This record gives sequence, C-alpha cells and structure tokens, in this order.
Amino acid sequence: MSETAIEFVDISKSFIDREGQAQTVLDAVSFSIPKGKTTVIAGGSGQGKSVTLKLILGLLRPDSGAILVDGTDVTKLRRKKLEEMRTRFGVLFQGAALFDSMSVFDNVALPLRERTRQGEDEIGERVMRWLAQLGLDGHEEKFPAQLSGGMRKRVGLARALQLDPEIILFDEPTTGLDPVMTHEIYELFARTQQQIGFTSVIVSHDIPGVFKLADEVIILEKGKTDVFSSVEEISTSSKPHIRDFMQKTMGEINRHHLVQ
Amino acid sequence: MKTSASRLSSNPLNRLGSWAIDTVSDLGRMTLFMLQAYRGCVRKPFRLAELLKQIQFIGAGSFLVIFFTAISTGMVLGLQGYYSLSKFGAEGMLGSAVSLTLIMELGPVLTALMVAGRAGSAMCAEIGIMQISEQIDALECMAIDPFRFLISPKFLAMIISMPLLTAFFDLIGIFGGYMSGVTLMGVNPGSYIEGMRTSVTNHDIFLGFVKSLVFAMLVVWICTGRGYLVKQIRGAGFGAESVSRVTTQAVVMSSISVLIFDYLITAILL
Repeated sequence: MSETAIEFVDISKSFIDREGQAQTVLDAVSFSIPKGKTTVIAGGSGQGKSVTLKLILGLLRPDSGAILVDGTDVTKLRRKKLEEMRTRFGVLFQGAALFDSMSVFDNVALPLRERTRQGEDEIGERVMRWLAQLGLDGHEEKFPAQLSGGMRKRVGLARALQLDPEIILFDEPTTGLDPVMTHEIYELFARTQQQIGFTSVIVSHDIPGVFKLADEVIILEKGKTDVFSSVEEISTSSKPHIRDFMQKTMGEINRHHLVQ
Repeated sequence: MKTSASRLSSNPLNRLGSWAIDTVSDLGRMTLFMLQAYRGCVRKPFRLAELLKQIQFIGAGSFLVIFFTAISTGMVLGLQGYYSLSKFGAEGMLGSAVSLTLIMELGPVLTALMVAGRAGSAMCAEIGIMQISEQIDALECMAIDPFRFLISPKFLAMIISMPLLTAFFDLIGIFGGYMSGVTLMGVNPGSYIEGMRTSVTNHDIFLGFVKSLVFAMLVVWICTGRGYLVKQIRGAGFGAESVSRVTTQAVVMSSISVLIFDYLITAILL
C-alpha cells in the first residue's frame, strides 16, 4: 500500500441554491488519494467535482468532516498556515485562469516573483526553459487573449509547475479541446509527472479518455463516492449506480430508437 | 421544488424578511471586504510599482475630465455669482463666494462623482471579470493574497489621488470663476483675489480635505467591493451580465453615498 497524499474523512458539503433549498453535493464522503500517482475524479455535471478540488485547497470549507493533506487537517487551518499549505499545490483551472492583463511570461513568472526570493535573471531563465519544454517558445510576449485554448492550458500548466508543487490539481483539463489537443495535453501530463513525480488529481468528465492516465478512479455520483483501481474494475462493477453511470457515459446510443 | 419558493416569495412578510437578511449579510460581506483590504495595505511585500500604476490610472488619467468639469463649474459659478451678487451691489464678494463654494462643497463632491464614473467603474469591472474567470481563485491557490496583490494598491492609490485631484479641481475652478467674473464681467481682479484670501480659512480647507478623503474611501470600497463580491450578490445574474450589473450598481451606490456623506460631514464639521 502506497503512502497517502490527501485523505477525505466523512466530508459533507451542501449549498443553499437561489430558491433557498439545500442541495447536498457531498454526503459523508471518505476516500484517499495515493502519493505520486494519478487519481481521476469523474462524475456527471453538478456532482461536486470542482467542489472537491476547492475543498482540498481550502477555498471552500466543508459542513463537517476532515481533509488531511499529509496528515494536516486543512479545514482547521488559519489563513497563514493555509497559505503555506497552498504553496505545495499547483492548480490548473478549467479556463486556465491566466491573468489577462499580463503577458505569458509574466503569468508564468508571477508565482516565482511573489513567493520566492529569486532574482529576475534566474526567474527569466527558469520561465523560458519551461515555456520551451511545453512548446511555447516564441509566445512569451503574447497575451492570453491571443492564444488558442490548448496553448492557454499549457501556459496554465507551466504556471502551476513553477513552485515545484508536490500535488497538482487539474480542473477539467481538456474542456473545449479537440481530440488531438486532448491527447497532446494528456501526454504532456504523463511526461511532466514522470519527470517531477508529483501527485496528480484530475477532475474530468472526459470519459473514458482520461482513464488512460489514471492509476485510480473515484466516481462521484449523487453525493457518494466509489473508488476503483482500474478501468476494468469499473466496467465489471455490479453496483447499479455505477453501471448506470457507465451506461450513460460510455454506452451505445440507440439510434434506431431515435429514428422510430 | 420551485413551487414552494415562489409561494414563499409571494408572501410580502417573507419577502421583507428575505430582503432584510440579504441586505444585512451583504453589508457584513462588504465590511469584511473593507477590513481585509486595509489589512492588505500593511502586508508585505509592498507592491510599489502597482501602486504607482494605479495612481497614474486614477490620478493622472483623470486630469482631463477633472479639468473640464472644474473649468466649466468655475465659469458658471463666476457668472451666477456675479448675477446674484450684483443685485446687492456686492460684486466684490465674488472671489470669496466662488472659492468657498468650490473648496467646501463642489470640489470634493464633483471630483468624487467624476472619479467614481471614470476610474471606479473600470475598477469594478476589472475585478468582477477577474472574479468570474477564476483569476482571483488562481491567486489564492498560488498563496498570493488577492487583497495585498490587487485590491489594496487600488485603495491606497485612490486615497492618495482623490485629495490631490480635489485640490486641482479647486484651483482650476477658481481660475474659471476668475475668467468669467473678472475677465468677462469686469469684476475688480484685486477684490476677487483679496476676497478669497480673507474669507477662506484653514478650517474650510480642512473640511474640503476631510470630505475628499472620506469620498475616496467610499468610492474605492464600493467599486472594488461590488466587483469582488460579484458571485455573491443576489439578483446579479451570471457571467458578463453580472459584471455589467454590479458595475452600474457600484457607480450608482458610490455616487449616492458620496452625496449622503457630503451632507453628514458638512452637518458635523461646519
């Protein structure tokens, strides 16, 4: 059994929607994410995937339960400690969340400038090295609005990697990309992970595509989680809601039915 | 479960109650926002370059619009003042009338309104867009305090720029009054300047300064706060529309609060 990087213990989270109704997103959920591996959190829209990521980062607080990152409960941390904790994470947001008033170079350099004491020369060298590695050389002067979706994701990845994070969280890394770009991004993940050895947590609805990367898959459905160690295990699962989920995402579409 | 919600909202008492809860929690969030912004002002490392950029945007960038507002206000004051004062044969008082009106009242108020319209709306939209496109979440994830990084330099820049812009407004306005009163209508230049010098006291200038300081705090607080809280404001909607709504709201709210506080400060300090 490998070491655990992140552990959810009986986490519950609900939101009050605009009509004043409580919506339970996570219902006493427990699971653990192994160190140095790739864990995919999958599930339909609105099943709490992004909420899970925000809970890990302490951007949201759970209603009850504990989230242990290397044994420290992030739900109980004060602001200062939380900031320290966050430096161990790299995050790639759904829309890349690049700062649109800064150039590509400044975006990638920002965490280094703000969080380290490195000099401008050192930072410049490191940033250019990463940009080259991710196939972005020659684009450092451009602004995010001038880049394609795939390039923006790569810039976001470069920025997330700057502080040598132990854990990288990817929120829907391939949304809005074509299949070729998607494959390319996955390859890039696998390569950088091999190189640096970080723990990666990918939230995705790209099923089954993202399973190519996964060591472990957590399926979120109706506030509950199920953990699987392989894709085969999911497809042979006897649990009705998992079968239903697989049918909805990977099942055949009955076109005759539509024609009739 | 839409039915129960609409049933709830059709009852006027319930509606009043939910409005009250929304308003109080909104005020609470705005207060917390302000406290965090001022704490960000003293957190290290200090962002001097960003502060200067913001002063340039709020201060230097507003020069032209302040100039035109001030010169026309001053010239109108000169004409109006001449018309009213000449009825009593007191044209010699024109200098003191124009300068007191500008320094104590119109300078701070009009400057704040113009700055709210020009720089405040831009700040609100900028922060609102950063909020909905997760850029502010991204800052937090990089363990960069968004207040220190983004909001506090705007607070400081506004608090530094507004009194300076007000002083500039007063100066140009008094010059405008001189142009219309003395050059056009033929008031004695000596009495214009001398009347101003004898009637304007340090207390009057202090009052104008306090006003501009308070207005700066109000405008920057409301404009950045509405943008920052764009996702939490009920009824603002989503996406680009929510940003446009809160921007309008920010300008209206800051203008109204400037006018209300203008009365309060005058009543207390005069």
